[in-house]
Amino acid sequence: MKYIPNTDEDRRAMLESLGVESIDDLFASIPEEVRFRGDIDIPEGMSEMELAKHIEGLAGKNLTTEEYCCFMGAGAYDHFLPAAVDHMVSREEFYTAYTPYQPEVSQGTLQVIFEFQTMISELTGMDVANASMYDGGTAMMEAALMAGRLTRRGERIVVSSSVHPQYREILKTYLHGREWDLVEVPVSDGVTDMDALTEAVNDDTIAVLMQNPNFFGLLEPVEEFQQLTGEFRNAHLVVACDPISLGVIRPPATYGADIVVGEGQPLGNPLSFGGPYLGFFAAGSRAVRRMPARIIGQTEDVDGRRGFVMTMQTREQHIRRERATSNICTNEGLNALAATVYLSLMGRQGLREVAEQSLQKAHYAAQRIDELPGYRLKYDRPFFKEFVVECDRPAAEVVSSLLEHKILAGFDLGRMVDGMDNSLLVAVTEKRTKEEIDELVARLEGLA
Amino acid sequence: MTEQNEIKDISVVEPLIFELSSPGRRGYSLPELDVPQEELDALLPADMLREEDPQLPEVSEVDVVRHFVRLSQLNHGVDTGFYPLGSCTMKYSPKVNENMARLSGFTALHPYQPENMTQGALQLLYETGEYLKELAGLPEVTMQPVAGAHGEITGMMLVRAYHESLGEERTKVIIPDSAHGTNPATAVMAGYSTVEIPSNENGDVDLDALEEILDDDVAALMLTNPSTLGLYDQNIKEIAQMIHDVGGLLYYDGANANAIMGYSRPGDMGFDIVHFNLHKTFSAPHGGGGPGSGPIVVSDKLAKFLPVPVVSYDGEDYYMDYDRPDSIGKVHTFYGNFGVNIKAYAYIRSLGAEGLKAVAENAVLNANYLQESLKDYYHLEFDRPCMHEFVLSGKNQKREHGVSTLDIAKALLDYGLHPPTVYFPLIIDEALMIEPTETESRQSLDEFIEAMIEIAGDAEEEPEALHEAPINTPVRRLDEAQAARNPVVRWYPEDYAEDD
Amino acid sequence: MYPEELMYAEDHEWLRVENGIATVGITHYAQDQLGDLVFVELPHIGDEFGKDDPFGVIESVKAVSDFYMPVGGTITEVNEELLDAPEIINEDPYGEGWIIKFEITDEAELDELMDVDTYTEYLEDL
Repeated sequence: MKYIPNTDEDRRAMLESLGVESIDDLFASIPEEVRFRGDIDIPEGMSEMELAKHIEGLAGKNLTTEEYCCFMGAGAYDHFLPAAVDHMVSREEFYTAYTPYQPEVSQGTLQVIFEFQTMISELTGMDVANASMYDGGTAMMEAALMAGRLTRRGERIVVSSSVHPQYREILKTYLHGREWDLVEVPVSDGVTDMDALTEAVNDDTIAVLMQNPNFFGLLEPVEEFQQLTGEFRNAHLVVACDPISLGVIRPPATYGADIVVGEGQPLGNPLSFGGPYLGFFAAGSRAVRRMPARIIGQTEDVDGRRGFVMTMQTREQHIRRERATSNICTNEGLNALAATVYLSLMGRQGLREVAEQSLQKAHYAAQRIDELPGYRLKYDRPFFKEFVVECDRPAAEVVSSLLEHKILAGFDLGRMVDGMDNSLLVAVTEKRTKEEIDELVARLEGLA
Repeated sequence: MTEQNEIKDISVVEPLIFELSSPGRRGYSLPELDVPQEELDALLPADMLREEDPQLPEVSEVDVVRHFVRLSQLNHGVDTGFYPLGSCTMKYSPKVNENMARLSGFTALHPYQPENMTQGALQLLYETGEYLKELAGLPEVTMQPVAGAHGEITGMMLVRAYHESLGEERTKVIIPDSAHGTNPATAVMAGYSTVEIPSNENGDVDLDALEEILDDDVAALMLTNPSTLGLYDQNIKEIAQMIHDVGGLLYYDGANANAIMGYSRPGDMGFDIVHFNLHKTFSAPHGGGGPGSGPIVVSDKLAKFLPVPVVSYDGEDYYMDYDRPDSIGKVHTFYGNFGVNIKAYAYIRSLGAEGLKAVAENAVLNANYLQESLKDYYHLEFDRPCMHEFVLSGKNQKREHGVSTLDIAKALLDYGLHPPTVYFPLIIDEALMIEPTETESRQSLDEFIEAMIEIAGDAEEEPEALHEAPINTPVRRLDEAQAARNPVVRWYPEDYAEDD
Repeated sequence: MYPEELMYAEDHEWLRVENGIATVGITHYAQDQLGDLVFVELPHIGDEFGKDDPFGVIESVKAVSDFYMPVGGTITEVNEELLDAPEIINEDPYGEGWIIKFEITDEAELDELMDVDTYTEYLEDL
């Protein structure tokens, strides 16, 4: 039997030592009324060759970003993946281990996470980062919940509508069972409407949630956020950001963020149809005992050697149970490893270069598209690697027409934002060449 | 928090990647910028630019590779040796599954690509869901949750939505004292308060205690069956009836589903919601803590509340169904851990119905073989045939020889074996929770038995030595109290100056 | 291990009264059960608590426990040394390891506490 090493002879000998006749006897504790006697309706098993052929067939039905030139972003980005990353995450010792409950035989995993925490702290400018959350959207939700733990009173969460719509949807879903108000502040000219925000934030506000660069790729008026949340002692500023942007854009710690979260996928993880990705989560040191999820700390062994352990575990569900800071247990450890290897390879210079190339190429593309008849940049505001193009026809049409030329032109904002049917969100990473950008521009022009 | 690392004074197994850094060294190559280069401050406001680079390491590719390979060698994984971590189902992860998940037809897919470009991916998600429905004995599924605890909270949000749709506001969730910590944490995160019920003398849910706390304020019961003691609850039908009678729902924590595949279905037991851990039962590797996948399967009455989108099939095309007005919303930014789901799909298709049943059979056989072989050496609280796992107690070793379960666990490390789950479930003193899985041979079980018996002997004869264990591991026992008292949770550059 | 002059509560707090001010700590038994202490959370001066209210939290590496008020009162002093060095409680639970001082609301509540003999008997039954 596949992947089961026991032979019939083994089974016979083991049953004999147990003093039972058949394997079926071992299931005798299942009462007959709940014993399943039918046949499971799942196809017969396959040999390895048949299996590979079958699944390759499914994979082959997909049209991928390898064949189609990808200008689609909206929260998941086609950045360069150095070959060494996948080799490292393919090390069996890493990927066939689990939560490092026994630190003496888990120093690999533990040290990797310690390095990951350091890198995320460095990128965001915060004191302490955890070992990962499920993804960017759930990380933001956990940040809102943590803000609630950091304050004794208040029940209002204020979120800008320039935050990724799916992040806001997760927030809404999770907050439903709580007696908190979730107030969404409208967007004005692509960024948070500061008048509306000022009106929304009050003494009762636990957290103000923003994204920078925001869902439309634009930089938010961060100083105004800082000033506003500074006025209200309870209001924690939560910032979601693209980690690549932090190679060139100032870290959220410098504009008063209390909690910084984000989607870590751009750091060495493939697009993979939306997962597995990883959320990163960082905060100030004073908040550390209110943080969700695993945190690794440095210590020494009995011989004085440096080692790493899970620390402040009393925050977590396996110890604090119903009073834990979160229910998270299994996280995205291997994706955090990918991010750590990626950031090691790129280093300070490489991350800056990736960020600057993305920035330069996005601006080149934006300028060229803006010059085309039938298209214009919707916002005249600073952006990083993503921008909104207003088309004179539905963006859905533009996207589907350009597929004929093997181009994924961008994300049709009408899918998620009311009244933006003609708006196309275009992302340009360092992977796109001038030739590919020029081809996009030419095909857009051809449509108009 | 702000303490500096004093690495010069203590010995180090492997330097941190930052300590290997050398200014100017590079581990990457990118093409020259091929578009006209603009000044940064022409593209971005000067006050938004980063002033100081993050302190990332400057290392070459070979430095990086050697560093992470050396780190990997400090780990124990299923592929290095036996890993009987109870409730975690550390089974072998077939290699072909890894290859399948790495096909570019899957990895190079953007989540927002038009559906006509992703039919293969959608079909795979849809069919995986179909198989899970079959194994759960329930009719509807979502593949969105990415971990067991994520499935749990999604499930509890469905419970709330269901009761709200009936105009009811219920506040209590019942959880047995043997439950995983995620259960109570989940219930509270979902806005409920928890009520604990004890186990009876057989390790099953105490029905009298249950009866006493049942009222129309009970939203749900969260249960694993088999329990964390590895025992199949004899009264499961009755329990389900009792909960349903007061209008509550039953949530099945699938951490222990490896025991029952093809032998018993949670839906038939009376459960309304089931999560499966694809990284446990369905062989997706555990990744050093994740990623996992925790899809949930639900009964008809909960279907309309499932998170959007639901992957659907109209007989011709697969599609994402967002048109579900009663949905609770979203629990993950995209569609869950697709890459992990591929591995589970490959596993299910590789084994087929018969193979999956054989998994349960051999998992249960292996566990019983271990239990029978060890119960004369360690206390066994519930001496009856177990399912896929069982719980021993080190309380005799503790009382008679001062050797704790922690000592026993550390001693196993010196044999090259990963210890069982220790000190859990909480209802067993000095617990050792052992789950061998079906992918271990009789030989590897015998090696474990031999090691455990030797350790029991050492506990009698030289208990002092066990307090010293482990001695053959990359590091020895670590000072966790120090780590928690003065948390050092990141590296600081050498020239880092404290500002306070 | 259990000083004679102190009063004891079922949750393993000890209490000493001087001039209407109570000093509270945890007993040898409690610190031993918890193991190496790594963190405490203390109330603020002026906080008011009833009898049996939780007033703080104590953590070891793998356990968490609340402190409970043996009798009701208003906090007048907290032992801030513990914030940096919670292990003082392990080392000297009845001296340097005191936790809070408070003004007793109702001295009648003291009658419900145990003396040393009753407490040691109580421990034997645990």
